[in-house]
Amino acid sequence: MPGMGGRMSTVIKAKINKMLDKAEDPSETLEYSYAKQMELLQNVKKGIADVVTAKKRLQLQQQKLEQQVVKLDTQARQALSAGKEDLARTALERKQFAQTELQTLDQQVVELESQQQGLIDKEQKLRSKLEQFRTKKEVIKAQYSAAEAQVKISEAATGVGEEMADVGMAMQRAMDKTENMRARAGAMDELEASGAFDDNLTLTAGQDDIDRQLHELTSGSQVDDDLAKMKAELGEGGAPSPALEQGKPADQPTQGGQQ
Amino acid sequence: MIVRIATEDQYRLPDNDAERLNELDNRAVAAVEADEEDTFHQVFEEMLQLVRTDGHKLDGDELEESDVIIPPPDTSFTEAAREFTGEGLIPD
Repeated sequence: MPGMGGRMSTVIKAKINKMLDKAEDPSETLEYSYAKQMELLQNVKKGIADVVTAKKRLQLQQQKLEQQVVKLDTQARQALSAGKEDLARTALERKQFAQTELQTLDQQVVELESQQQGLIDKEQKLRSKLEQFRTKKEVIKAQYSAAEAQVKISEAATGVGEEMADVGMAMQRAMDKTENMRARAGAMDELEASGAFDDNLTLTAGQDDIDRQLHELTSGSQVDDDLAKMKAELGEGGAPSPALEQGKPADQPTQGGQQ
Repeated sequence: MIVRIATEDQYRLPDNDAERLNELDNRAVAAVEADEEDTFHQVFEEMLQLVRTDGHKLDGDELEESDVIIPPPDTSFTEAAREFTGEGLIPD
């Protein structure tokens, strides 16, 4: 188009065209290969299913982390009332870490949801364009001379072809992002398995690598605040009791964000 | 003119938007080349807004080839940079 020398657009257009060229002649494909179209739609469906699976996995991790936050808070309280401040600090550091992870997970779940919706929309759009093409083709054939009809059908096919390429691109991007999140979820599982969120608080504070890492990772001031708050609460009403407020953390995590 | 925002939608824009769009496109590319991430995002966002507000979405029954294709709205600066040095949003 005259005046449209925009380089970003030119680069993207060139690549889309290359993608289309790699496919068989779109007009041909659309006219004869119903199977090919169905295959493409199936791929989009599969892409959507992958996104849903990734989302479910993240939501499962959200739940686990929420439980951990509650548990670690309780453990910190118990440790503190038993006079083990170091242990309480370790538990609070882990809680802090779990809460930070939770925030990241929340964002990721939101992002996946928008990807899922985007792909669903794209699939519907492509389906409707394919249908439109089929109808239009017959109308064109009836109204125009053979030569003219061929040109018009080919133009319409290019429009659908571009839509196909765009759906492919949207799917590829969704898959890439899902893959990144999956990798991160896997890393979380490993961390959990290695004991970072172990519910066994009999270990002494700072005894292993993970504790050292947590000391570095978590913000000290937040942990100090939590500890001070907890001390104040425990200090109220006299002598500390081991059973004090067991299972009733003061800082309840939000239960929202689960769907 | 027909403009597609990749992975999003196709829009019909008045022809006199072409110049403005072209200018924004050039500024976006210049920002990438100058390694100015903030400027790139700002200009790119302006481009998307221009298309979305000035344009009308094409109906499902319109089978048109785009005159202009803008990269996906979630294009990162890294992706944009790669776009102009070979491998990009769409693998070659």
